[in-house]
Amino acid sequence: MDASTFTRSRTGPALAGWANQHRKWLFAAPAMIFVAVLIIFPVAWTVFLSLTDAQGSVRAESEFIGFANYAEVLSDTARFWPAAARTIAFTAVVLVVEVVLGMCIALLLWRPFKGEKWVRVAILLPLVATPVAVGMMWRLIFDPNIGLANTMLGWVGIAPQPWLAGQSTALPTTMLIDIWQWTPMVVLILLAGLTSLSEEPNEAALMDGASAFQRFRYVTLPLMMPTVIVAILLRGIDALKTFDILYATKGKGGGSFHEVETLNVYAYGLSFDYNEYGLSSTVLIIFFLIIIGSMWALTSRKKARD
Amino acid sequence: MRVSTPYKVFRVAALIVVVMTLLAPLVWMATASLKTNVDIYDVAKAVFFEPTLDNYDTVLERANYVQFIGNSLWLAFVSTSLSIIIGVPAAYSMSRFAMRRSALVVLMARVIPAVSLLVPWYYVFSNLRMVGGFGVLVLSHMFVALPLIVYIMMGYFDTLPVELEESGLVDGLTHIGAFRRISLPLSMPGIATAGILAFIFSWNNFMFALVLSGANTKTLPVAIFDFVGYASIDWGGLMAASTVVTVPIMVLALFAQKYVVSGLTAGATKG
Repeated sequence: MDASTFTRSRTGPALAGWANQHRKWLFAAPAMIFVAVLIIFPVAWTVFLSLTDAQGSVRAESEFIGFANYAEVLSDTARFWPAAARTIAFTAVVLVVEVVLGMCIALLLWRPFKGEKWVRVAILLPLVATPVAVGMMWRLIFDPNIGLANTMLGWVGIAPQPWLAGQSTALPTTMLIDIWQWTPMVVLILLAGLTSLSEEPNEAALMDGASAFQRFRYVTLPLMMPTVIVAILLRGIDALKTFDILYATKGKGGGSFHEVETLNVYAYGLSFDYNEYGLSSTVLIIFFLIIIGSMWALTSRKKARD
Repeated sequence: MRVSTPYKVFRVAALIVVVMTLLAPLVWMATASLKTNVDIYDVAKAVFFEPTLDNYDTVLERANYVQFIGNSLWLAFVSTSLSIIIGVPAAYSMSRFAMRRSALVVLMARVIPAVSLLVPWYYVFSNLRMVGGFGVLVLSHMFVALPLIVYIMMGYFDTLPVELEESGLVDGLTHIGAFRRISLPLSMPGIATAGILAFIFSWNNFMFALVLSGANTKTLPVAIFDFVGYASIDWGGLMAASTVVTVPIMVLALFAQKYVVSGLTAGATKG
């Protein structure tokens, strides 16, 4: 297509003029309509379903039951509350470890050095690796009998661990996998922040005789806080919604004892394994409120700082 | 700023540990894919073993992987292309006219748990007899790609000076002509960044295809599960399948390293 078909429309200057005048919405509308149709209707329906006893086929007759689902979910101490606790524990642990570890690694990479390119390659690889495949890979490494992890523990005289197979060790092990895959993401974000920092405050602190730790604590860290919060927000949203790794390592329902069942895995199981649409919608809405709430808390803290 | 010698030594040691930790598991996956199931069980053959391509034969022939590779490639390509076509003009408009609230609508797609969208989608699309077909997968993967593209391109257009377009207007271009002939060509590096990242995320996406794909439209991340049985796992086949999914996207990322990194860190430094 020639460029002039855009600048001088065949159907006359009137249409071209109209298009130019309304380009703001003409350009934005397709993408907005696409997302809105795929979001607004499903979200509205999820809200509606959470107020019904929809079960089995979604088409089946379902009755409006008000907030009964919410009462049921919120009083469910067998599956819902443990899943909620796991979601929050998982997110909190991986976020803290990934940000602390990510900051340490980013500081190591900050000043130029030989072989920098190779380190950057190593950091990129886990990040782009397919999460399901990553889950499978760690499943082999953490296999209690044939896994590399226990073999290595054997070298230093530590007894074999059940890792993913154990009821109490499964969740921490999935956290390790998440940390392996996503700490590089935090490193990249923090490194981008570090390299855009001005050198002057740090040099001034050096002149004043500040130690390396003091310079980090009182100069670099405060300047880096906005970037740290961006990293926490981006990782936090995804960590709350973790699914691939948990499904790949433990399968449906977060394992036979639901040992890694988070809210996302629980809602998925309710929807697609048990067809409990009313209940799963309720869980999802509570889950969504948790996500929005934590994002809001973080961004308002950020605004208060600015 | 100068770096002291003891710190240099410490840094080298620390970085070796970091690199080893990040790479060793991937190497382990790749080597296991070249072992027989007997050798995988044998600790003595951890490093020295006779490599075999049997697992890849299983994956490529018995498990119909060639078709799944094609599915994943085509799906990532089509959904990324369509998302660029509708996402780039949207990002341009949202950047130029500061449509922050409209942008938020598109970015909401990143925040909502995918499961809550899948139940209604599944219902509607199965009534339209689309579940299991390619079209519904494209739509769902566009849902992953589009917000990424809008987010990255908004940041990119923010950095393009308006003056360039204004000079085009002076030379007689219309507003849309100025976008097409000036801003669009200048934004190609940004489009490359956004497109590559959208491609990677589409390739790696698991949940949408898990629910919406059919026997013929399965993608690679879903097909991996063919090697996980109820009673036993074909570890060799599973690791070969995992390697087949992971390696192509890593190679792409390595060649496009600059773009991938700038895409992943987009917006990070603006706070």
